[in-house]
Amino acid sequence: MQEELILGYLPILVFLIIVTCVGAGMIIASALIGRKNPNSEKISTYECGMVPIKDARQRFDVRFYLIAMLFILFDIEVVFLYPWAVLFDRFNPVIFGFIEMVLFIVILLFGYIYIWRKGVLSWS
Amino acid sequence: MLDILVPDFRVIAPELILIVTAFVIIFWELITRTARHGMSIFLGAAGTLVALAVTASLAQKTISTFGDALVLDPFASFFKMIFLVGLLLTIAISTRYMVDEGTKDHSEYYGLLILAVVGMMVLATGRELITIFLGLELMSMSLYVLAGLFKTDVRSNEAALKYFVLGSFATCFMLFGMSYIYGIAGTTHLRQIGRAIAENPALLADKGLILGMFTLLVGFAFKISAVPFHQWTPDVYEGAPTSVTAFMSAGPKAAAFAAMIRVLMEALPLMKTDWELLFTVVAVLTMTVGNLVALAQESVKRMLAYSSIAHVGYILIAFVASVGGHADRALSAILFYLLAYTFMNTGAFAILIFLRREGISGEKLDDFAGLSRRSPIGALAMLIFLFSLAGIPPTAGFAAKLSVFYAAVQGGYYALVVIGVINSAVAAYYYLRVVVVMYMQEPATEGGYAGTSPLLWAGIALALAGTIVLGVLPGGVLEAARLSVISLL
Repeated sequence: MQEELILGYLPILVFLIIVTCVGAGMIIASALIGRKNPNSEKISTYECGMVPIKDARQRFDVRFYLIAMLFILFDIEVVFLYPWAVLFDRFNPVIFGFIEMVLFIVILLFGYIYIWRKGVLSWS
Repeated sequence: MLDILVPDFRVIAPELILIVTAFVIIFWELITRTARHGMSIFLGAAGTLVALAVTASLAQKTISTFGDALVLDPFASFFKMIFLVGLLLTIAISTRYMVDEGTKDHSEYYGLLILAVVGMMVLATGRELITIFLGLELMSMSLYVLAGLFKTDVRSNEAALKYFVLGSFATCFMLFGMSYIYGIAGTTHLRQIGRAIAENPALLADKGLILGMFTLLVGFAFKISAVPFHQWTPDVYEGAPTSVTAFMSAGPKAAAFAAMIRVLMEALPLMKTDWELLFTVVAVLTMTVGNLVALAQESVKRMLAYSSIAHVGYILIAFVASVGGHADRALSAILFYLLAYTFMNTGAFAILIFLRREGISGEKLDDFAGLSRRSPIGALAMLIFLFSLAGIPPTAGFAAKLSVFYAAVQGGYYALVVIGVINSAVAAYYYLRVVVVMYMQEPATEGGYAGTSPLLWAGIALALAGTIVLGVLPGGVLEAARLSVISLL
């Protein structure tokens, strides 16, 4: 039982080893055999073709973190839709599964209204 | 593959009522854009009472639903009632306090209190590891925010951050343990884990299972603040708003006990010999450390934090005793103790809130000086709560300690009982010291108490009634507790 369970994870281990080898191999190979001919243009930060203004290590407005956090929150909650969609035909009766998801989305909507009324989204 | 059927919503009826209540409280204020403190209190108390009525009406039923992930049995119902009583007391004692402290987030405060109770209820009804984890997180997340409710207070911020970081750490341990148990038993359902171990006794010697159980218990030990995982308790209890401390020290601990008892009784009953030894050591350490450090405290709030650690030690004696012959007596003693503790401890914190006034926190021992002259009724109430915490008859604390020690004697754990009784004697010193200050010292300052309100008095009266009734007539509740734990055995 236990052995079976652990053996089931073997492909993941193999996958991890291959990924590590490929990733490390590329870096090592290019470091060993690649030609190095640096100039100031080449080693400067790539910023969509723009000229970099200053160092990236500076203070950010706290609202960036708030927005990022909210994005992750809503993102993860929407991922819940996938297993629901896959299992949708197993709901008995089907309308029950539908109502459950509508409720879930309504609760999400409440969360959205909450952050909106609290002024998180106004950027002034 | 099985169909996903409509679950029996009666199992989570009180939870649903509370969730709707919390949403209405939060959105009422948000949409009307006016801070209506009274509305939040009214809605919160009404929702709690309705949930209490529903829980009481379902108390005798045993229903399992959501694929056996949630079960409503008398055990869960008993705990749900403890949580709801604690919530009701907390709402009553925090109304005036929140106004005095100038907090603007009333609706969030009550909403989070209620959502924390929903998490506790899920903990008590969960019969599956992931569901239990979900309840634990809902409870803990709400408490982290509540501990830091006073945004401009450094101590409150410190409490919230410490609680959050250490709490998350403990949660990691718990998840780690769950993953091991799942890996070995092949399921997360408590009953099926129990069956898998029963069918294959070789698993009992499995190092992975022992490691899983141990790390799972580390997580629970943190949540009930048992030594050596108690370090966060004094700082968090002292820094958090007093009403939140009153709430945290009773309900969430009871919820963690509920989940721990269910996990150990339903999933790992065959590992009794392992956790018996573990909890014997932890119980002795918890009692002794809690009481000895409480002796040295000058702040009553901090003293009550250490005393709450000590009380967990007494409760763990009963838990060890449940391994012996009379498991029903031992477990019902735990349930009774937790209910009694909810009344007497919330009551003691209510007096701290009562003492609070302009420029005086009401937390220091000196603030109690001469209370008997300035407010005889307040002093008498505190006297009864302290007697109860010390275990002096005829109070709830005495009946609770007696039932715990009696269960331990029946189980043959004489050494534990002796240590417990010695600890109670030590504890009497620091409880009675407050009484001495209240009755025998001159008041340091003049003036009345700003922090009084009819609701605060109602909360104190309710806590007082519970403390006295459970002390004078413990029989009925003890029997109800005994009947409710039978389903677990």
